[in-house]
Amino acid sequence: MIEIVQLVKNYKSTPALRGIDLTVTRGELFAYLGPNGAGKTTTIRILTGLARLTAGRAMLNGHDIITDSLAAKKQFGLVPQHINLDHELTVSENLRIHGWLHHLPGRNIRSRIDQLLDYIGLSDQRQTLVKHLSGGMKRRLMIARALMHEPQILFLDEPSVGLDANIRRRVWALIKKIQQQGVTIFLTTHYIEEAEFLADRVAFIDHGQIVALDTPQNLMAGLGSWALDQFAAEQMQSLYFHSQPEAKQYAADYHNGFTLRRVNLEDAFLALTGKKVA
Amino acid sequence: MIRGWAAVYLRELLILRRRLSRLLATWAVSPLLYLIAFGYAVGRTIAIKEHSYLEFLVPGLVAMVSMTQAFAIGSEINIARFYWHIFEEFQAAPISHAAYVLGEVLAGMTRALLAAGVILILGALFGVLLCYNLYFWLALLLNSLVFASLAVAVAMLVESHADQAMLNSLIITPMAFLGGTFFPVGNLPGWAQKALYLLPLTHAAEALRTAAFGTRPPASAYLILAGLGGLTFLLAILTVNRARN
Repeated sequence: MIEIVQLVKNYKSTPALRGIDLTVTRGELFAYLGPNGAGKTTTIRILTGLARLTAGRAMLNGHDIITDSLAAKKQFGLVPQHINLDHELTVSENLRIHGWLHHLPGRNIRSRIDQLLDYIGLSDQRQTLVKHLSGGMKRRLMIARALMHEPQILFLDEPSVGLDANIRRRVWALIKKIQQQGVTIFLTTHYIEEAEFLADRVAFIDHGQIVALDTPQNLMAGLGSWALDQFAAEQMQSLYFHSQPEAKQYAADYHNGFTLRRVNLEDAFLALTGKKVA
Repeated sequence: MIRGWAAVYLRELLILRRRLSRLLATWAVSPLLYLIAFGYAVGRTIAIKEHSYLEFLVPGLVAMVSMTQAFAIGSEINIARFYWHIFEEFQAAPISHAAYVLGEVLAGMTRALLAAGVILILGALFGVLLCYNLYFWLALLLNSLVFASLAVAVAMLVESHADQAMLNSLIITPMAFLGGTFFPVGNLPGWAQKALYLLPLTHAAEALRTAAFGTRPPASAYLILAGLGGLTFLLAILTVNRARN
């Protein structure tokens, strides 16, 4: 469980987080959605001890991240946005070091490496140097590394950024599989479809503040189910409808070049903030 | 179960093992050039007290190389922090700042000892066999401790690779040449001696040379190095927290 109370972060005089309040329940897959610079990564960096908070407090499974930081750090695994593996070491050595850092006994480390490499489909790459892996393999290895010590919370910061569509879907499947094992997942993304596909609940963050928080269905429900996009006056405009026939009728009446599609989280974000996520 | 400091240290050893052949070759090049140019060519006709210049030079090179290699751990940390972002793996792990610093300092000291070993082997190939007793190794360890700890502190304080390189040029390179490596500090005017004795390397070079010549080095050198080692180690622990942005 993740509890965040009035979390504030200022970089010198620039506010990055302006009082975040949030609770993520055990076993939930929670997505933090917002444009670049909204404060997504800053929140994760504070929760995982990579950055200091300016004010407020946060607890991971009941452990305060400041006053009980070592116990709090035992609760989570972290997959940062950038690849931060040891490129000169092998796949197996990268996992072993993580096991050492989390004080796992030697025989547990060996069996856990076998188990995880099988889990992510990299068993035959055990002795491969990380620098020889593809981007998708590195991303999966980072997820495996974060799971080495069997954390109850997994922080995923833009886990599929830079991956092609095929690999991205493999990573999503892996994330779903991890959640099914009871792990609480806190995910940041600016991919709309990623949040829609994976998340139980979504928080929209903009300028360091949460502007909406609900299930993806509820966030979109207020707008309708169908959208007509039209390029007019050098801008993309969207109109929302509750039914497909209603939208089609509107498009037929005006004979303009409309594109019909389902409403998505981007529409909900746009309606709330007046701008797009990505 | 492995403790936090050992995890950090073992990671550095795994990387060191993978690079060892390249590193050994790198560690041998500069000292070999110094031994040939200063020791063999220029210093062949020079004697300092009852010792040849080559005998004088080898302990000095040990002091210098143990300093540069211990301090080089700072560049490794800097790259891990700003380029590979591996430092974040340590920041997010349930280990104390002291454990992280200890692991990195031990890694720096290990590099220093290995590089010093290369000098001693090269020295032996040039016919220099001195008295490598307990005092010698203790001075070597303390010198490595001072500069490895300083390196960790500096790596936590700097904000870029460029800053790290600048500090190497401003601190380490001048000290390498002025800290009693190539010439006897005692030959200089009083004011210059006083200035050079402010450098930890001067004390390390003196202790290493005195021990290698078979006499007992001054206790003050060990006390100064141990004190500085303790201070820089403490500074390194304090700076790790500062590295969180």
